[in-house]
Amino acid sequence: MEKNFKKTEKNALIKKRVSKTVIYVLLGIWALAVLFPFYWMINSSLKTPAAYNSESVPRLFAADPTFGNYKDAFASVPLADYFINTIIFTVVTTAVMMAVIVPAAFAFSRMQFRGKNLLFTAFLSLMMIPNELVVITNFVTITNLDLRNTFTGLILPSVTSVFYIYLLKENFAQVPDELYLAAKVDGTSDWKYLWKVMLPICRPTVITVTILKVIECWNSFVWPRLITDKEEYFLISNGIQQIRESGFGRQNIPAMMAAVVVVSIPIILVFLFFRKKIMEGVARGGTKG
Amino acid sequence: MEKNNRKAWLYLLPAIAFLVIFMVYPLIDVIIYSFEEGYTFASQTKTGVGFGNFGDVLRDPYFLQALKNTFILVLITVPLSTALALLISLGISSINKVRNLFQTVYFLPYVTNTLAVGLVFMILFDKTEHTEGLVNVIIRLFGGSSVDFIDGPYWAKILVLSVYTIWIVLPFKILLLTSALASVKQDYYNAAMIDNTPKWRVFTKITLPMISPTLFYLVITGFIGAFKAYSDAVALFGTDLNAAEMNTVVGYIYTKLYGEGGGSPALASAAAIILFMIVLTVTVINLLVSRKHVHY
Amino acid sequence: MKVTLQNLTKKFPSRSKKNPSEVIAVSDFNFEIPDGKLIGLLGPSGCGKSTTLSLICGLLKPTSGKIFFGDDDVTNLPPENRGVGMVFQNYALYPHLTVKQNITFPLENLRGKDKLTKQEMADKAFEAAKMVQIEELMDRKPSELSGGQQQRVAIARALVKMPRVLLLDEPLSNLDARLRLATREEIRRIQRETGITTIFVTHDQEEAMSISDLIVVMKDGVVQQIGKPQEVYNDPCNLFVAKFLGTPPVNVFEGRIESGKLMIGSSVIAETDSEDKAVTVAIRPEAFMPDDNGCLECELERVEVMGRDISILAKHEECISSALRAIIRAETEVDTEKSTVRFSLNKRKVYAFDKESEERIEVR
Repeated sequence: MEKNFKKTEKNALIKKRVSKTVIYVLLGIWALAVLFPFYWMINSSLKTPAAYNSESVPRLFAADPTFGNYKDAFASVPLADYFINTIIFTVVTTAVMMAVIVPAAFAFSRMQFRGKNLLFTAFLSLMMIPNELVVITNFVTITNLDLRNTFTGLILPSVTSVFYIYLLKENFAQVPDELYLAAKVDGTSDWKYLWKVMLPICRPTVITVTILKVIECWNSFVWPRLITDKEEYFLISNGIQQIRESGFGRQNIPAMMAAVVVVSIPIILVFLFFRKKIMEGVARGGTKG
Repeated sequence: MEKNNRKAWLYLLPAIAFLVIFMVYPLIDVIIYSFEEGYTFASQTKTGVGFGNFGDVLRDPYFLQALKNTFILVLITVPLSTALALLISLGISSINKVRNLFQTVYFLPYVTNTLAVGLVFMILFDKTEHTEGLVNVIIRLFGGSSVDFIDGPYWAKILVLSVYTIWIVLPFKILLLTSALASVKQDYYNAAMIDNTPKWRVFTKITLPMISPTLFYLVITGFIGAFKAYSDAVALFGTDLNAAEMNTVVGYIYTKLYGEGGGSPALASAAAIILFMIVLTVTVINLLVSRKHVHY
Repeated sequence: MKVTLQNLTKKFPSRSKKNPSEVIAVSDFNFEIPDGKLIGLLGPSGCGKSTTLSLICGLLKPTSGKIFFGDDDVTNLPPENRGVGMVFQNYALYPHLTVKQNITFPLENLRGKDKLTKQEMADKAFEAAKMVQIEELMDRKPSELSGGQQQRVAIARALVKMPRVLLLDEPLSNLDARLRLATREEIRRIQRETGITTIFVTHDQEEAMSISDLIVVMKDGVVQQIGKPQEVYNDPCNLFVAKFLGTPPVNVFEGRIESGKLMIGSSVIAETDSEDKAVTVAIRPEAFMPDDNGCLECELERVEVMGRDISILAKHEECISSALRAIIRAETEVDTEKSTVRFSLNKRKVYAFDKESEERIEVR
C-alpha cells in the first residue's frame, strides 16, 4: 500500500511537469508568432534598400544596420505632416467626445427626468447599428456641407459613442447616492458635483475610456479615407496606404518599414504604459473599434 | 427626487444632437437611398423607386465575388480563431510564472495599426523579383514550392487574409476567454479534484459549460466582425480590391460609394442593407443556437 | 477511518513586501482523530482551521508534518487519491447540472474495476439523496433550490462515493438562523448513520459544541485545547478558550493571588496553592448565585427576565468584560429595590489564569 502511494505521487508529479513544459513551449511559440512581425519590421527597416533587394533569401539580422531609411521615410513622404494631423485629430476628437459624453452619462445616472428610461433604451439600441450602414449618408452629409478635406469633417461623426456613454453611466451609477445628497445639502450645484466629486471618483474609468478612444482615433482608417483625398489632411493610416500605393512603396521596402515602425511605436508605448487599464476596459465589453 | 427636466435635457443635448445627425438620420436615409433607383452623385436624381438597386447589386459580379470572399473568410477565421483563442487561454490560465508577460504580448495586435502591420504581413508573404519572402523561404525549406501569396492564386490570397485576420482578432478573444476562465470559482475545480475527475472531464463538464456564455458572445461578435472585414484586406492587397479579386462586402460598399463616376450612394446603400440582413440573420441563428446550449 | 495529524505545520510566504516574514497558518498540530467521530475545528477567523481542513483534504501541502488515514501516509498524495468527500462553504454545486447530475458526478469518474453501470449510479445517487431527504428535487438546477436544499445536495455529493473522511467547511454559515439549527441536527444524524469520520470547520462555538464528539479550539495556528465539548467548556486550559466558548460569554475580572487566596478587589473568591501574583479571573455566568452572605458584592444594574432564566446585569470595579452578566434560575427571588447584590460562586466555574501567560491556575 505504502509503495503504491509513493508511485501515484511520483507519477502525478512527472505528469504535471511534462504538461507544464508543453504548455510553456506552445505559449512561447504563439508569443513568437505575435512578436515576429514587429521584429521583422524593425529588422527590415534597418537594411539598406540595396541590401534588402539583393537578399533573395532575407537575412534574419540586418548585416549592416542603418537608420538612413528613417530619414528617407520622413524626407520622401510627408510622414511628419501625417503625424501632426493624426495628433490633432486624436486630441480634438477625444476631447470633444469626453465633453459630449460625460454630461450625457451624468444625466442618465444621476438626474431624474421624463422619458429617461425610454431614451436610454433608444441609446442602447443604437449600439447595434453597424457603422457601415450610416457611413454612406454621413459621407453625403459631410460632402454637402463642404467639409471634405477639413478637420471638422474628419472629427464630427466620431465625437459620440453610445458605448462609452453606457460604460461611464454604469460607473457613475456606482457612486453612492449619499454623496450626491450630501453635496445637495451643502448647496453644491450639479455641475460642480460632476466635476468635483463624480469625475475624481470615477477617474479610472474616465482614463480607460480616454485611452481606448485615443487608440481608436490613432488607428482609424475607413472614415478618413472616405473624407480626405488631399495629402495635407491624411492621417497616418491613409499615409501608410498612400506610401504603399504610390509613394516609395514596393520599390523601397526598408523605407516603408521604417515608416511602419515610426507609426507603431507611439501606440505600443501608450499600450505598455496603460496596459492594465486598456485590457480591463476592453475586457469589460469593448469591441474592436 | 424632484424632476429636473430642462437641465437633464441640456446635459444630454450635445450627445442627442450628434447621434441624431450621424446615426439616426443616416439610418433612415440609407433605407431611402436603397430604394432610389439610378441615383448617383453625378445625376442627383432618381429614375424610379423600387427594389432595382438590390437587383443590380445582387447581379454585380464584383458583389458576388465580395460576398464569396467574405463568406469564405468568415467560415475559416471564426471557428479557427475561437478554437485557437480557447487553447491559448487555457494555456495561460494554467500557468503562474510570466503569465502577465504572455498576456501583454498576446494583446499587442489589438492596439497596433491594422494598416501598418498589414504591410509587414505583406512583405512576409510577398514574392517579388528581388526576394522570395520569408514565408516562401520556409516553405522551400520543407520542400514545397514557393507561391506568390499577394498577387498569386486565389487560395493563397485567401490564406494570407485569413492568417492576418486571425492574428488581428485573437487578442480580444484571448483576453475575454482568459477572464472568463479566471472567473470560474476555484471551488468547482477543487470539488472536481477531490472527486478524482479526469482532466478532459473537468474541461467538458465544468470549464466549457461555465465559460459558454463568453464563448457564444465571442462567436457572435466574431461572425459580425468577420462579415465586416475590410481594413485587413486593404492592408494586404491595396485599395483596388476588386482588381485583386479580394474585395469584401464592406469594401464593395465603399467602392460603390467612392469609386467610378462619382459613386452611387443608392447602390452602396442597397449593398449595406443586404450585408446588414445577412449579419442579422446569422446573429439570430447564433442566438437561437446559444439559447439551447448556454446554461445560464 | 482513523485520521492522524503528526506535527502538521503550514507556512505561507508573506504577501506584503514590508513584512517579509512568513505567515504560520498551522503550527505543529498533533491529533489522532478516532474512527467514526464528528470533530469540530473551532476558532476565530484566521486561526488556521480552514487551512487545516485543506491540508487534510490535500488541496494544500503541509510545510512539514504528516497526515495518516488509518495507517496510510497520505501527506503527499494529491486530493483525488485520498478518497475524501468535501462540502465547500458555498457548496460549489455545478450550476449547469441538475441535482441528480451533481450527485452522480463523482461516480462517473470511477474507472477500471470501480466503474459503475448507469443503473448502479442512479441507485447510489438516489440512496445518497434519500439520506439527506432531497429525493424529490433530483431534476432541479441548483439555482432553483433554497440555501438549505443546496447544502443537502452538497452533502449528498460528498457522501455518494462513500468517502473515507468527510470534510465540511463552515457548513452552516450560509444558512439563516432557523435553518442552521435544523441542519446541524441533520449533519449529526447523517454522520451517525454513515459512521464516516467527519471533520467540520466553524467559527460558531455553539454549533461546534452542540453536535461534535470532540472539539478542537484553535488560535493563530496553534491548537489550544482538544476534548469533548462539555469538558472543554467546563475545564478551559487558558483564558482564550474560556472566553471563546459559552454564550453569554464568561465574565472576566482583574484579580490577584495573595497567600493562597484568590482575590477580586477585597473579596476572597477561592483558595489556591499557587504563589502570589496578579491573575485574570473568569467566572461563567451560571456560576453566580444571589446570596446575601455571598463573597462577591456587585452594583445591581438591571434584571432581564428571559422565561426559563433570569439574567442579572451588574457592575464591579474589577470587571474588565464589557458587561457583567449572571444567569440564574427564574424561581430565584431577586430584590431589585436594592442597589447592590451579593453573589456566592460555584467554584467549579471560577477559573484563574496567569496574567502574562494566560495559562490556567488551579483554584478550589
